[in-house]
Amino acid sequence: MSRLLEGLVEAFRLIISLDPELLQIVFLSLRISIMAIILATLIGIPLGTLLGLKGEKKTRIINKIIFTFMGMPPVVAGLIIYLILSREGPLGVLALLYTPSAMIIAQVFLAAPIVTGLTMVGVRAKGGIIEETARSLGASSALAAWTVVKESRFAILGAIITGFSRVIAEVGAVMIVGGNIAGKTRVMTTAIVLETRKGNFELAIGLGLVLLILSFIVNSFLYNIQKGGGKN
Amino acid sequence: MNGVYKKYDKEVLRVDRLELLKGCIYGIIGPSGAGKSTLLRIINLLTPPTGGEVKYHGRPVAANGQERLALQRKMALVFQQTLLFKDSVFNNVAFGLKARGYSKSETEDRVSTLLEQIGMTELRNRRADTLSGGEAQRVAIARAVAFEPELLLLDEPTANLDPGNIEQIESMITGLAREKGITIIMVTHNVFQARRIAEQVMFVHQGRIVEIGATEKIFTEPEKESTRQFVEGRMVY
Ligand SMILES: Nc1ncnc2c1ncn2[C@@H]1O[C@H](COP(=O)(O)OP(=O)(O)OP(=O)(O)O)[C@@H](O)[C@H]1O
Ligand SMILES: [Mg+2]
Repeated sequence: MSRLLEGLVEAFRLIISLDPELLQIVFLSLRISIMAIILATLIGIPLGTLLGLKGEKKTRIINKIIFTFMGMPPVVAGLIIYLILSREGPLGVLALLYTPSAMIIAQVFLAAPIVTGLTMVGVRAKGGIIEETARSLGASSALAAWTVVKESRFAILGAIITGFSRVIAEVGAVMIVGGNIAGKTRVMTTAIVLETRKGNFELAIGLGLVLLILSFIVNSFLYNIQKGGGKN
Repeated sequence: MNGVYKKYDKEVLRVDRLELLKGCIYGIIGPSGAGKSTLLRIINLLTPPTGGEVKYHGRPVAANGQERLALQRKMALVFQQTLLFKDSVFNNVAFGLKARGYSKSETEDRVSTLLEQIGMTELRNRRADTLSGGEAQRVAIARAVAFEPELLLLDEPTANLDPGNIEQIESMITGLAREKGITIIMVTHNVFQARRIAEQVMFVHQGRIVEIGATEKIFTEPEKESTRQFVEGRMVY
């Protein structure tokens, strides 16, 4: 009990004093996950919108594959990306393994299906009638599609945030492809694993608190916009 | 329109021949499921017919996307279930103008004028999804006529509205035909409404245009027995 208490006190001290190691880890985590979610969004919104506008029947197989990928265990995603990026793998020549780029790729692999799938579900609800309304008013195909995205913005923002929550909190994939190298590929989750194992609870608890606070901020935002999706 | 038909699971519409005249108000009446909405969707190029040919000004529709779009831009359809965008009233009415690349000032002028006509100037910045049913319907029609289409297709524009709103929308429709020369095709369940404002009435039943003719003739001396039954409210279906 006293160890937990000490750890907590020390963790607060680290956060308040803006400990350089803690900050470095937090910023690296944010940099990687934000980059990953941007890329996942660039893939997921167009793809999800397209699939949502096509009938459910025509895209059933693709839908099922995407839903499977949405629930993919991060370690499996990490393993797949590892195999692709390892020296003998198809993209081995790029020498990306154990770099932040590899971690971004792994996280895109995890987040893109989530953004795609949730966008698709959101668009499917009313996308067809929105698209037709736009077209009946003289919109080109591009404008009609953009109108669908705009009208589905609450669902799509929700998709993006859900994807972000997933990758920022994920350990398995970044551990495998990043290698948890101090100062280079060590992020919040992998640092927590390591520091806990070493018995350095202050840093582990500190990072845990930062993750929780981040989760609170991001999900409050999500809560607010989804409430905004309703009438009032 | 020539030999146009539409199949979903089964054939739902077959029009052997139909010609529409410019500047006329058409009323389409017929029981539920007759194919009225399908007909409007085919005319609006939203749903491709399974077979047959639709011509505009005597010309068939080009397969070419640009020409199709240009043709589509001369028409507007107000759906049976209208959907307003989650945006301000102003931006809803302005949608078609922006799609056509109208300038900001032209858009502003036209939308303001229309909002004034439908008595909604005060509500121009209101979010459209907070409007009442009647207000929403007026906005939907204003949105469809803002760019002055040659052909306006209305699917049950006054369903579920109170008499005051119905009267307002009806005078809007007749005004558009008279002042702007817009051709109007209006589907209605209400035969009295068709009689009030249409110049030509079309009776659609089981996917067929049973009869089309001058409104008074359809109501007083229709040629087909089923038309008579329907307009007299005696049809059992
Ligand atoms: N997308 C579709 N897929 C399958 N069947 C359809 C589709 N759209 C319409 N139908 C069928 O076509 C028939 C005609 O429908 P339509 O909507 O044109 O009728 P309507 O005359 O407008 O009826 P209402 O007065 O109830 O609006 C109906 O039997 C309907 O179930
Ligand atoms: Mg209908």
